[in-house]
Amino acid sequence: MVLLETARVSNFINATFIVSGLLFILALAGLSKHETSRRGNAFGILGMVLAIIASMVSMASQDTRTIAWVLMAVAMVIGAAIGLYKAAKVEMTGMPELVAQLHSFVGAAAVLVGINAYLEHPHAEAFSMYEMWIGIFIGAVTFTGSIVAWGKLSGRIKSAPLTLPGRNWLNLGALVAIIACGIWFANGGGWLPLILLTVLALLLGIHLVAAIGGADMPVVISMLNSYSGWAAAFSGFSLGLSVLIVTGALVGASGAILSYIMCKAMNRSFVSVILGGFGQETASTAAGPQGDIAEVDAAGAAQLLRGAEKVIITPGYGMAVAQAQYPVAELVKKLQAQGTQVRFGIHPVAGRLPGHMNVLLAEAHVPYDIVMEMDEINDDFSDTDVALVIGANDTVNPAAMDPGSPISGMPVLHVWEAKKVIVFKRSMNAGYAGVQNPLFFEENTVMLFGDAKASVDAINAALPALEPAS
Amino acid sequence: MRIGIPRESLPGERRVAATPKTVPQLLKLGYEVAVERGAGARAALPDAEYEAAGAELVDTVTAWGADIVLAVNEPSVEELAAMHAGATLITFLHPRENPGLVEALQRAGVTGMSMDMVPRISRAQSMDALSSTANISGYRAIVEAAYAYGRTFGGQVTAAGKVAPAKVFVIGTGVAGLAALGAANSMGAEVYATDVRPETAEQVESMGATFLNVRAAGDEQAVSSDGYAKQTTDDYNKRAGELYAEQCPKVDVIVTTAAIPGRPSPKLITAEMVASMKPGSVIVDLAALGGGNCVLTRPGEKYTTDNGVTIIGYTDMPSRLPGQASQLYSTNLVNLLKLATPGKDGQLVVDFDDEVLRNMTVAKDGQITFPPPPIQVSAAPAVKPAAVADRQPEAVKPPRPWYVSFAVVGVLAIALIALLTFAPASFISLFSVFAVAVVVGYYVVWNVTHALHTPLMSVTNAISGIIIVGAMLQLPKDNPAIMIIAALGVLIASINVFGGFSVTRRMLNMFRKA
Repeated sequence: MVLLETARVSNFINATFIVSGLLFILALAGLSKHETSRRGNAFGILGMVLAIIASMVSMASQDTRTIAWVLMAVAMVIGAAIGLYKAAKVEMTGMPELVAQLHSFVGAAAVLVGINAYLEHPHAEAFSMYEMWIGIFIGAVTFTGSIVAWGKLSGRIKSAPLTLPGRNWLNLGALVAIIACGIWFANGGGWLPLILLTVLALLLGIHLVAAIGGADMPVVISMLNSYSGWAAAFSGFSLGLSVLIVTGALVGASGAILSYIMCKAMNRSFVSVILGGFGQETASTAAGPQGDIAEVDAAGAAQLLRGAEKVIITPGYGMAVAQAQYPVAELVKKLQAQGTQVRFGIHPVAGRLPGHMNVLLAEAHVPYDIVMEMDEINDDFSDTDVALVIGANDTVNPAAMDPGSPISGMPVLHVWEAKKVIVFKRSMNAGYAGVQNPLFFEENTVMLFGDAKASVDAINAALPALEPAS
Repeated sequence: MRIGIPRESLPGERRVAATPKTVPQLLKLGYEVAVERGAGARAALPDAEYEAAGAELVDTVTAWGADIVLAVNEPSVEELAAMHAGATLITFLHPRENPGLVEALQRAGVTGMSMDMVPRISRAQSMDALSSTANISGYRAIVEAAYAYGRTFGGQVTAAGKVAPAKVFVIGTGVAGLAALGAANSMGAEVYATDVRPETAEQVESMGATFLNVRAAGDEQAVSSDGYAKQTTDDYNKRAGELYAEQCPKVDVIVTTAAIPGRPSPKLITAEMVASMKPGSVIVDLAALGGGNCVLTRPGEKYTTDNGVTIIGYTDMPSRLPGQASQLYSTNLVNLLKLATPGKDGQLVVDFDDEVLRNMTVAKDGQITFPPPPIQVSAAPAVKPAAVADRQPEAVKPPRPWYVSFAVVGVLAIALIALLTFAPASFISLFSVFAVAVVVGYYVVWNVTHALHTPLMSVTNAISGIIIVGAMLQLPKDNPAIMIIAALGVLIASINVFGGFSVTRRMLNMFRKA
């Protein structure tokens, strides 16, 4: 049959891969708007199905042994089961952990594919050897880095930055050693340099992420996202597969842009985040403004909200920790029922993952058209009766507007311009950046101490009950 | 230390200085609390509730014999005699009007802190009992006026004819005046107000009322340095008088609130003005304690003039809402004690370095400490603009000249050309795909909305599972090691593919529009 001519088969496979790549681009493009986002995901799935079919056709054309087919089927079924189970079970507050895990899998797969490529072609040209070891190197850093990030996010590892003496020199030394091993490997060094560089890369991944503190996690996760893409792209180079390169480049670019957005939102340079240690030196100098704070209880807060016409809620990581998104959504419904305009102001780095707050609010069925970005809503605070700050601190710190503070120049939500600010907070501790927050001492600020979920529940109880929907 | 809460002995007084809600807060500061039996009864706060809140019920002498006595009114001679030397009395002492009381405190060795001497500064707002009682007085003034006024406040069109809304005119828009405006407005009246401080116009309008300016010029600065309105010049008074005379025949209810602490109240409404008012009109004079803003006011009384105008001169407005007034006042006291109990250990520390405590203390350790040294504060927002100016972002870094980035790009371009020249031919075609994909990815991802960044990450997780293709293509080899490692790769990558897409789907389904 014409169709099974070798040249045709090879063309079919390559054509399918090209189409897969285009579909992945459409998938990302679909995410530009809420309306098209589901369509985008469907394009992504279609692209992946086509790519897998093409791979199977390729396997079939090389008279693959039955055992390989069985292995593939078993591996795919097990992987799918694990993946689907995790996806169905994950709490939205646990998304950062899941994303970190998925990054680590890409990294691990890249290492395995790279090692296999070497097993397959132990005497390839030097140039191919470079492609192999760079792929393995990036994959290994992604793998262990993501595992450490996952550990920090899930609380299994202390989230405080690990600051070994001379840590930047350690990193630099490891990098130089890895490159040396890589050159040795590419020039016929065999297994020893490959294993050495893999181990060094694994250690480097651990150390890089261990040195970065908890609240910088949005940057770290985005950065690892980017690395996982580059790892896939380099695997593509060493295997000569354009679909891997295209996809890897898309993912790499996406992660890099997210990292850039997150850094900008914290007014920190990418390099300073990567070098780590932030939140350590400054923590001891958490002096700054002091003064009296006014406390309010849930009933008082409910009273303030009852009289408000316009309310803006600015959530932070504290809302995720306290799992307060459902009570907050209920509060929104109650306030809307009394005719109050309620909106959300989301700081780009609120939470531990880019867009984390949006996902949590969506989970609690808060409509996305009242969830605003910082820039969209910042000018509206002066016209707002009550601003609720739920579990946020550094992202609403007016000290960022003054020079000389560790967070100077970081864009923040101008909650203090509202007529009244209610801050939900566990204690008077400074935020992650270790900077005292003058907001708490402003005369229009009242503090509502306690667990965010309990406090919001208490406010809900103090507000009149909702009429049952007809 | 022990806090005593006596039953107020002043006739007609219904308030109390602590409520079952504030008793636990006092206990939390480390104090013991002793409440006189029946102290809260007239504010509908029964003894049993105090007991349940952790207070001890005691008799009059024991309550006054405590280390700290919280009260509402000035103490009588007997009450003061029941206090022991070194004890502290916190109440309204009115030291300007009552120099004799200050001396009596000094002789008794009692530290006296006067709640009417809380300075009007931001951080003392939570202790400002004058404001919290004024708020209640303003509200009650409208309630009393509505009761005495023989018509409804709100306008209506009914089958039985049209009802015009009442016109309410509030003179003096301090806390009491604003509260009165709010209450009258919410009852549906047409509300007008005036004040010597033109900067209050904005606040008046925010309460839904119309601000009437005292006509014409003069560059009079009524902005005050201590947060209260000042006495005004004769010329101003003449022009203000014209405004009042013009309004009196038009309005149905007048509420006057122009009280100046420690001085007789200014006379704003003359007998002729009252005579010009419609029969059935009401005047509520909240400055009655200082003699009244209306010349015809009889302090403490409500009566009707010959031409049918009811003039209400009650001096106990807050006491007419005893439950609310007690709650607010006792919260002011708790806030004060929080400030004066830095250790939360039940030890009162009257620190004279703290300007709030210094200002309030009229006698201490056998010394008279009144009047306090002046503190300059301002309720006017004159300082704000300067602070805002300070907050301007620092100078933006000058953009790097164009040739710097040109040079960087140039060097990179040359390096890339050099690398590709020495690379195998197959690499070059792959690299071109790579370069184009990076550029496309860059532009596509910038368009992704912030709110969808988490789904973006999970979908990129899923598509980076494309590495499954690499692993699958390595399967058909004879080397068992390669096969096993490849199978492992397929497994791991499948987790990403399936997990990534399905969690993205789950998330996207959650996003919905209102």
